[in-house]
Amino acid sequence: MEKLLQVNQLETQFTKDKQKLKILRGVSFHINKGEVLGLVGESGCGKSLTSLSIMKLFKGTSGEISGGSISFKGEDLTHKTEREMRKIRGKQMAMIFQEPMTSLNPVMKIGEQLLEPIRLHLALNEKQAKEHVIFILKKVGIPRAEEIVYEFPHQLSGGMRQRIMIAMAMSCNPQLLIADEPTTALDVTIQAQILELMKQLQREEGMSVLLITHDLGVVAEMCDRVAVMYAGRVVEEANVFDLFESPQHPYTKGLIGSVPKIGQRKDKLTSIKGNVPDPGNMPKGCKFAPRCNEAMAICLEEEPHATDLGNGRMCSCWMIEEGRKNVYA
Amino acid sequence: MIPILFIVSILIFFFTHLIPGDPARLVAGKDATLEEVNIIRAELGLDQPIWDQYITYMSNLFQGDLGTSLKTGLPVSEMFADRFMPSIYLTFMSMGWALVLGLLIGTLSAVFKNKWPDYFGMVTAVSGISMPGFWLGLILIQIFSVQLGWFPTGGAESWKSYILPSITLGAGIMSMLARFTRSSLLETLRADFIRTGRAKGLKESVVIPKHALRNSLIPVVTIAGLQFGFLLGGSVVVETVFSFPGMGRLLIDSIAFRDYPVIQAELLLFSIEFILVNLIVDIMYSMLNPKIRYVT
Repeated sequence: MEKLLQVNQLETQFTKDKQKLKILRGVSFHINKGEVLGLVGESGCGKSLTSLSIMKLFKGTSGEISGGSISFKGEDLTHKTEREMRKIRGKQMAMIFQEPMTSLNPVMKIGEQLLEPIRLHLALNEKQAKEHVIFILKKVGIPRAEEIVYEFPHQLSGGMRQRIMIAMAMSCNPQLLIADEPTTALDVTIQAQILELMKQLQREEGMSVLLITHDLGVVAEMCDRVAVMYAGRVVEEANVFDLFESPQHPYTKGLIGSVPKIGQRKDKLTSIKGNVPDPGNMPKGCKFAPRCNEAMAICLEEEPHATDLGNGRMCSCWMIEEGRKNVYA
Repeated sequence: MIPILFIVSILIFFFTHLIPGDPARLVAGKDATLEEVNIIRAELGLDQPIWDQYITYMSNLFQGDLGTSLKTGLPVSEMFADRFMPSIYLTFMSMGWALVLGLLIGTLSAVFKNKWPDYFGMVTAVSGISMPGFWLGLILIQIFSVQLGWFPTGGAESWKSYILPSITLGAGIMSMLARFTRSSLLETLRADFIRTGRAKGLKESVVIPKHALRNSLIPVVTIAGLQFGFLLGGSVVVETVFSFPGMGRLLIDSIAFRDYPVIQAELLLFSIEFILVNLIVDIMYSMLNPKIRYVT
């Protein structure tokens, strides 16, 4: 399969009080054409920052890419200027955010906000652009689209606003859609509708999706492949069936184990003990080792390397690395 | 608006009469006998019960009669005639440049936060607020009128006479507007929809004015409206420094003389102006924020 996006050893850092704080410590994964990749992990592991880094949306923060590469359609984005990135943003890759309530400009009419990327990226005259807005609104299932364009965001519900955001993202036919927790702020029935809509649009347009979520149910529903992130790194990458069937990394096992299952009576929910380490105070060795039940001596000393398990599977864990050595030795 | 003005008229009338001092004695002069003072008091109608005085005042007011000045014997409306418009012109000029420059400096400071335009802008703003009007006015007269001779030292004869007073009056307001614009804009720039705008591929030169600035203007409009109201009332200090024939000095002179009709008329006029400005501010709120439009 052809790769659309290849992120390689990506490092992103912030500068605070002249101190550099590396949040992404070598993130690697890829997305094939027409595929949905789920990026999962606990809060604070760097999922959202990964998506902002791919778009290079650092304005107003001290964030910067300090290493690695992002290859999009064979071109390295890390070397692109702001001007070149603006031509890519909204046109070739678009983004949906977590908070539909605050992601739309409250004082601008819906239609006007939808027209912006269309005017910017598509060669349409004013009349065609307006028709395109109505077309795209109908496509995302907005009723009475002709009236909605004259309304303001506060007149719409959260689910409707997220549909508007999806319409905005889809308006210029991007090859890559980055969805950062698109359903987290919505209630469950609306969540299902929005996921359904995204899946349908993705199939129709043959678009690739990077879906960021901490909800494994959403992953199982939506994704073809999954990358699991922990403390600024991808620790396991696998297709969705393999991942749920036989998780390799202890962290992935923990994540899957902590999902309550219907029909399984438990007095207590299982959870992974401890917290995500503070980026300014990372443990030596494997960053998960202090929370890991299976940690060995080497885990506390040195960070494991990514091991290719074949069939597009990858995992960074000493148990696997050491296990391999023994097999080959 | 009418009920408010009615209450305001009562307050103004009674508080004015609470000012200690006797206008009849001031009109009669220092050497007048008690009888003479009493005759004058009766002529002025000041010996009537205060409620009767109020009713007389209000019925005259409804007929468009603001009364006659106790001090000059001229109708109050005539005394306002040559002072009202200069005050209005001065207010608009001061407010005009203060708004333009305040918004500009505030925006640049927010966009280039912690860079030299920000430092420059905030140093300007702090100096603008810290300089007292009488001092700034005198310095401006010294430099531009006395030394360079570009502008007259006082009066309100031509447009040139308005320049220096309007700079003096506007400096503080410009600084305040700059600071409010900066802090409000900084907050808006952190909003999610700003990120959405950037993610669409919009330039900063579109994101800032079109998305951020409009969302930041509400506190700025509030401050601008208040300041505008105060300016309309005239400024005693600046009018004194520039010997400017405005409403502020007239009010102070009238209070000193217990010139009840002039004080009352002027305060009533300020109230009307203030209410009008607030009305305009409310209309601007609803223009800036569609939410307000639908709630009301």
